[in-house]
Amino acid sequence: MTRAARILVPLIVGMIVLAAWEISVRQFDVSPIVLPAPSGIWTAFVEHFAQLMSALWTTLRISLMAFVLAVAGGVALAVLFSQSRAIETALYPYAVILQVTPVVAIAPIVTIWIGYERIDLVLLVLAVIVAFFPILANTTLGLRSADHNLIDLFRLYGASRWQILWKLQLPTALPYLLGAMKVSGGLALIGVVVAEFAAGSGTATGLAWTITLATRELHIATAFAALALLSLLGIVIFFALAALEWALLHRWHESAVRREI
Amino acid sequence: MLVQISQLTKTFANGVSALGPVDLSIAAGEFVSLVGPSGCGKSTALRAIAGLISPSSGAVEFPGGKPEIGFVFQEPTLMPWATALENARLPLTLKGVAREEADAAARAQLARLGLAGFENAYPRELSGGMKMRVSIARALVAKPKLLFLDEPFAALDEQTRGELNDDLIRLWQSPSDPITVVFVTHSVSESAYLSTRVVVMSPRPGRIVDDIRLPRAPEPDAGYRFTAEFTQSAKRISSSLHHARAVA
Repeated sequence: MTRAARILVPLIVGMIVLAAWEISVRQFDVSPIVLPAPSGIWTAFVEHFAQLMSALWTTLRISLMAFVLAVAGGVALAVLFSQSRAIETALYPYAVILQVTPVVAIAPIVTIWIGYERIDLVLLVLAVIVAFFPILANTTLGLRSADHNLIDLFRLYGASRWQILWKLQLPTALPYLLGAMKVSGGLALIGVVVAEFAAGSGTATGLAWTITLATRELHIATAFAALALLSLLGIVIFFALAALEWALLHRWHESAVRREI
Repeated sequence: MLVQISQLTKTFANGVSALGPVDLSIAAGEFVSLVGPSGCGKSTALRAIAGLISPSSGAVEFPGGKPEIGFVFQEPTLMPWATALENARLPLTLKGVAREEADAAARAQLARLGLAGFENAYPRELSGGMKMRVSIARALVAKPKLLFLDEPFAALDEQTRGELNDDLIRLWQSPSDPITVVFVTHSVSESAYLSTRVVVMSPRPGRIVDDIRLPRAPEPDAGYRFTAEFTQSAKRISSSLHHARAVA
C-alpha cells in the first residue's frame, strides 16, 4: 500500500461514517440531547470556541507538565535502582503499590490534601502518579539489559561506573524508554482527565470539566466537541512521541528497519 | 614468560566446578589454541586469564608486568547504536585518549581489516564477517601485546572463516605490532592451521591433558590444509581430544 493510500483510506472511512451519522440523525429525527449531528457539534465548537480552547490549553499544559515530570522522575529513579540493588529492593514495591491503586480512588484524598484552590496542582500530581510507572519499569529493565560481554569489555578497559551508565546502559535503555514514553504520554492525558472528573469541583477548567458542565446542562453537542478535542490531543501526543522515537532510533535499531519481503 | 598460570581453578557460585587446577605458561610470540569438547571450561579459562572473571584459587601472573590486553568474544558484541568507527575506538575512548588520535587509530585498524569505507556504517548494515572484523579492530586498537579470542569464528560460514583465519595470522605476523594470541576453538582443523601450539583440555572440570607444539610457524596459505603435515597435526590433536573425552 502506498503512503498516500495509507493516509487516504482511513480518511475516506471517517468521512463515510460522519456522512452516515449526519444523514441518520436527520432522517430519524434523533433528539440532539441523545445524539447531536456532526454539523451540530461543529456549530457548538464554533460557538464555544474561546471556552473550548482555554479548556484545551489547561488540559494540554497540565498533561505535558505531568509527562515531563514522570519521564524525569522515572528515569532518575531507574538510574538510582540500576546503581543500587538495595535501593531498588526497598522502593520498588511502593512504586508498584502506587501503580495498582486506581487514581480515581486517590483523587479525593489528594484533592483534600492539596486543596481545591490549587486544583491544577492536584491534577498534576495525580497525572504524574498515573504516567510515572511505565517509565520507571521499562527504563529499569532497559538499564539492566546491557550486554554482559560489553560490560566485561568496558571493565577490561578500566571504564568507570559513570562511563558504563552513560555510554552503555543508557543507550541500551533508550528504546525501552521511548516505548514507555508513548504509553505514558497517553496516560498523562488520561490521568488529567480522570483526576478532573474525580476531583469534581467547579474550580477545574480543563476539557473534562467542560464535558461535565455541558452534559449537566444538556449541551451534548458541546460535550462532543470537547470529546473530539481530547481524542485529537491524544493522537497528536502519540504521533509526536512516535516521531521522536523514529528520529532517535531509525539509524540503528531493528524496530525501525523497513524490510523488503 | 609472558603469562604464568599456576593451579588455577574456578568454581561458580552454583557449585559447578568448571576449571582446573590448570598450570600453563605462555611465552611472548606464541599462538596458542585451547581446544576441548564443548563445556570443558576453555572459555572460563580464557576469561580468568584475561581477568574478566576472578579465579577461585591459583594465580595468573605476568612476570614482565601486565600487558595491554585485547579480547574478542564469540559474538561480535558491538554497540548497535554506534558506527563501526565509534565501536572500534571504544577502548581508547574509555582510556581517555583524545578524539582525533582515537579516530585515527580506529581508522587504521579498520583499514587493516579491510573495512576502509565502512567507518560510518552501523552494525546492522554489516554482514556477520564484517561485524567480527570490527570486533577484532576494536580489540587491536589499543595495541595489545596479548590478544584473547573466544571461539570468534564459530558462527561464520566456511569461506569467511577461512579468510578471517588468514587475516588473524597476518595480524600475528605483523613485525610492527608483535602480539601473542590465545585462541579458544572446538575445531581441530582451525587449531592445526592457526597455531604454534595446541593445548587440549578435558571436560568439566577443565584440565590440560595435552600440550602439542606444531611443526610450522603459521602462514596464510589455504593449500596447507591439504598437506600431509597438516593431516598429521590434525590427527595428533584429534586423538588427544578423543583421549580427553575418555578421561571424563
